[in-house]
Amino acid sequence: MSLDALPEPLLTARGLARHYGVRLPGGLMGRRATLKAVDGIDFELARGEILGLVGESGCGKSTTAKLVLGHVAPSAGEVRFDGAPVPVDHGGDWRRLRRRMQMIYQDPLGALDRRLPVAAQIAEPFQIHRPDLSRAERRARAEELMRSVGLRPDQADRFPHELSGGQRQRVVIARALALDPTLLVCDEPVSALDVSVQAQVLNLLDDLRARTGFAALFISHDLKVVRQMADRVAVMYLGRIVEEGSPEEVLHAPLHPYTQALVSAAPSPHAARRRQRIVLRGDPPNPVEAPSGCPFHPRCPVAVARCAAERPPLLRDAGRAVACHLAQTSAGGFAPAPLPQTFSGAA
Amino acid sequence: MPTAPTPASPLVTLRDLTVDFDIGDRFVRALHGVDMEIRRGETLGVVGESGCGKSITWLAALGLLGPAARTGGSAVFDGQELIGMRPRGLDRLRGGRIALIFQDPASALNPVQRIGRQIGESLRLHRGLRGAAARAEARRLLDRVGIANALQRLDEYPHELSGGMNQRVMIAMALAGEPDLLIADEPTTALDATIQAQILDLLRDLQTETGMALALISHDLGVIADMADRVAVMYSGRVIEEAPAHRLFAAPAHPYTRGLMAALPDIEGPRRRLETIPGSVPPPHALPPGCAFAARCPHVDGICEVSPPPLRPVPAAPARRAACARLEALVRAPEPAPALQRQEQRA
Repeated sequence: MSLDALPEPLLTARGLARHYGVRLPGGLMGRRATLKAVDGIDFELARGEILGLVGESGCGKSTTAKLVLGHVAPSAGEVRFDGAPVPVDHGGDWRRLRRRMQMIYQDPLGALDRRLPVAAQIAEPFQIHRPDLSRAERRARAEELMRSVGLRPDQADRFPHELSGGQRQRVVIARALALDPTLLVCDEPVSALDVSVQAQVLNLLDDLRARTGFAALFISHDLKVVRQMADRVAVMYLGRIVEEGSPEEVLHAPLHPYTQALVSAAPSPHAARRRQRIVLRGDPPNPVEAPSGCPFHPRCPVAVARCAAERPPLLRDAGRAVACHLAQTSAGGFAPAPLPQTFSGAA
Repeated sequence: MPTAPTPASPLVTLRDLTVDFDIGDRFVRALHGVDMEIRRGETLGVVGESGCGKSITWLAALGLLGPAARTGGSAVFDGQELIGMRPRGLDRLRGGRIALIFQDPASALNPVQRIGRQIGESLRLHRGLRGAAARAEARRLLDRVGIANALQRLDEYPHELSGGMNQRVMIAMALAGEPDLLIADEPTTALDATIQAQILDLLRDLQTETGMALALISHDLGVIADMADRVAVMYSGRVIEEAPAHRLFAAPAHPYTRGLMAALPDIEGPRRRLETIPGSVPPPHALPPGCAFAARCPHVDGICEVSPPPLRPVPAAPARRAACARLEALVRAPEPAPALQRQEQRA
């Protein structure tokens, strides 16, 4: 443990981008185009911190997860983990690093091997990364992990299809925690679960985090879930981060018109008074043909001429960040973009 | 025995609806006598977790469950009994006066037929429109559901449209038969939050305009709270609570409904630890003799394990009904929270 005044972040992404060459319909072979899945993002993650990543399908959340884990190589920029770049060659260095970075997916059945009892799957990381452990030790550790995620040892020899969806996700979590990871990447970890089971899994992740202190990149389309888990939230739109801050800042006082719409559109039975929704026009644009200027401007209810011409940079100030011409004050600080006129605020 | 419809009588009445599935050597009961009513122009929200029977209820009422299911009880639509109705009669109603839309529009649409032709088929079957008249009406419907460039879209295929647009096409097809009842089964579950807001707004507008009734089936309590006049909560093949929407979400009566609300994270208010419902839903072939929720219920008592409690009026709230043997004790009790917490720590 170093005692530096400014500890280096656990994870740093700088100018991170991933572009894919695609062919669009047209001409004999189609015409070439570039899909900018992730288009230059910067973020940091401190040790033990949970960064929530929200946005709609196609905004680049999952590609960001793959870049962080080194599953795909960046087209530009880099990811640094614990002071060193994340290798993407899938060689020995990458494998050693992956011991410390684990992944939890949305679909536990897809992430598990149907033909292997669950205890064997939980013990599999030991087989690969801890050949020094004996068979009995591996088994004992697997059972300990099962208990820590609320599974009974008598379920050890069950197959994934014999467990419920929530129990399967517990198996995935137990396996991810087997090697005491420093970083967990969770991609929609509770989206496939029913409400009552979702709460069990979220509380479990909370407890495990308090005990083991892992940091996490927590990806979800569900703002309620992100609020519950994250220390900080970044909102993505078309491959870029458009807003960042604490969950309270981003979800209670959103600056960017896209975040404002997203928050207002999140249905909740708790709200004693129903908020009026900001309903955006149209679909998110095709990332292959991203609009000029601010990529959100064609759907933005308050866009001005400047928004179509000039792309707003992501400006940072005191833990808050926003990329919108209308969310800056003349004094240099941030202020929420104006609400659309048809939107009369809280009813 | 069809009864003469009067303006005051409900548009649809389900009485003691049961469904048994043939699983080879025996039948398994999936629906245990469901009662529901929808009045003209009303929105009934049907909510529950996977496997609770919320979709099966309406598929059974419309004779859409296939040969492996045996349906009993009664489903009366505007004076006509649907259970046991001859296929020709059902065909006339389905897609006509009763329309259905599903979660995944892309798989409900024919991938190799142009949009215009699919809407045209509905118009021919239910309104007798052909040729130019059908095309003009199809275009009007696409306009009505908010699809830009309707004329051009008529000649496109489903894969050329986004998920939100395809759901709009499904709604246009449903409108083609000028329905009195629209059954919407998770209509926005596969859509992004901003698109979900658009579709819910569209459904609300259409309802105001046409006066159709809506059966909105969803697992999402927020969507239900947003849209429904009245809500039926289902658990293990039974309706366990029924109430006007604002009353239900303000003060749920049944322990399961209370548990669901407490398990849901919220965007607003202070961040709190989620309360969980321990355990999971019992499988339909292994239901306990008493209340199906008893094993997970913090208020369980000996009486709960004797026989399934019937749906009965909530004391001092005649518009509300709940199926709980301990209702008298619960409605007086101020908060179920401490008991829930205790269960969770044990889990």
